[in-house]
Amino acid sequence: MFKHSIRAALIAMTILLAQGTLAQDAAPTPGHSAAMAASAPRDPALKPVFAEFGGKPGLVAIMNDFMDNLMADPRTRPYFVDTDHEHIKAELVDQFCVILDGPCTYTGKSMKSVHRKLGINQAAFYALVEDLQTAMNKHKVPFRAQNKLLAKLAPMHSAVVTR
Amino acid sequence: MHRHRKGRIVLLGGLAVSGSLLSAMASATDSSAFSTTDSVITTTNDSSAPALSDRLLLTGGVSQVEGSAGGGLTPWAVIGGYGTQDEIGANAFYTQVNLPDYQLNDVGALIGFYNRVELSFAQQRFDTEQVGAALGLGNGFTFQQDVIGVKVRLFGDAVLDQDSWMPQVSVGVQHKKNDQDAVLQLIGARSDEGNDYYVMATKLWLSQSLLLNVTLRFTKANQIGLLGFGGDKNDSYQAEFEGSAAYMLSRNWAIGAEYRQKPDNLGIAREDDWYDAFVAWAPTKNVSLTLAYADLGNIVGKDNQRGLYASIQVGF
Repeated sequence: MFKHSIRAALIAMTILLAQGTLAQDAAPTPGHSAAMAASAPRDPALKPVFAEFGGKPGLVAIMNDFMDNLMADPRTRPYFVDTDHEHIKAELVDQFCVILDGPCTYTGKSMKSVHRKLGINQAAFYALVEDLQTAMNKHKVPFRAQNKLLAKLAPMHSAVVTR
Repeated sequence: MHRHRKGRIVLLGGLAVSGSLLSAMASATDSSAFSTTDSVITTTNDSSAPALSDRLLLTGGVSQVEGSAGGGLTPWAVIGGYGTQDEIGANAFYTQVNLPDYQLNDVGALIGFYNRVELSFAQQRFDTEQVGAALGLGNGFTFQQDVIGVKVRLFGDAVLDQDSWMPQVSVGVQHKKNDQDAVLQLIGARSDEGNDYYVMATKLWLSQSLLLNVTLRFTKANQIGLLGFGGDKNDSYQAEFEGSAAYMLSRNWAIGAEYRQKPDNLGIAREDDWYDAFVAWAPTKNVSLTLAYADLGNIVGKDNQRGLYASIQVGF
């Protein structure tokens, strides 16, 4: 009996998987959806998470440490050393604030156009995630809240990682 | 027996040495890259130091009982080690399962190539302790099995693809060879070697801090091959379901549970499905410890084989 229900579940899963593959094939281009994600969609469900980050002042404080971490990390430093740190931090605050349904607007460029020529690989992308995690830990953002934000940022890999 | 124990100690020592070597290597790489920061800046993307271990902590799983990357009992679709699509990862493990009437010792290693292909090897020693004597095989009679595994990621990224429910899907084969052909024939097994073919899907729901894995395995193995392959009751491949759930408590800690369905091919003894509940701790990417409470059911007539599963893994 148990075996039968498992078989049924497996069949259902296989069908779902097949549909997913079809849906993915039908999507125009992977880059298109990534560009959409890059414009930081507001998610009202994340409003409580915005509070857990300490609101906009919390984000500002986290971004200060985040940028310090990026500059101290040999895997990410090359991409930030010749950039306007204050500008990048302000854009990141706005972007994360919007994602977490805070009272902000993101006016920056799309993730794709910003990163197109940087030649960023997966290792550097993950390094940035770790540096952000370290900054969030320092500011005592609960792990679950961190992951809710990271879940929104992770899909940007397809716009950011170009090699 | 004594010789084997010595071999174990040598292996454990080797694991410890290789672990510290790996850590030293990794930190040397880090610090050299750090001290030459200025040259890195000028060459921007083409840093000369080889990159290592850049995937996120614990997202390579741990070493499962047959040597593949996964939970403790079940393989996951993740590729072992911490290598990204541009990197190679590797690790070695030692696992011990203490049951009321048996003990399982398990050593192995794997290499993950470019987050695409995983090659693994494991050697399992299943000590029948006093059951061996009761069966006339001798006290401490031990079945030894070698497992060579290959796993290939087909599509999806369990961690990065957070904007779709598409899991990471991989396929694999585990080739198993048991060293006790004569005894296996005696208990009704049809072969001392066999292949398990499996397909699995793994998804990290980051917004829930939850990882789920389902595996479908086609196998003839009795007690994962420790009691041979095929039997008097059944000698054909059967599809078995395996599932794992892991909840991430922090970057370094995860807890979870697993289920592994198994065939029941031998007339002499009933075989049960396996379960466990585990906690995994990875203080760094170079070492992880896994402790589990495993319920392996009935094994050769002995009911309620429940006990502690402990595993250490070193790598990068």
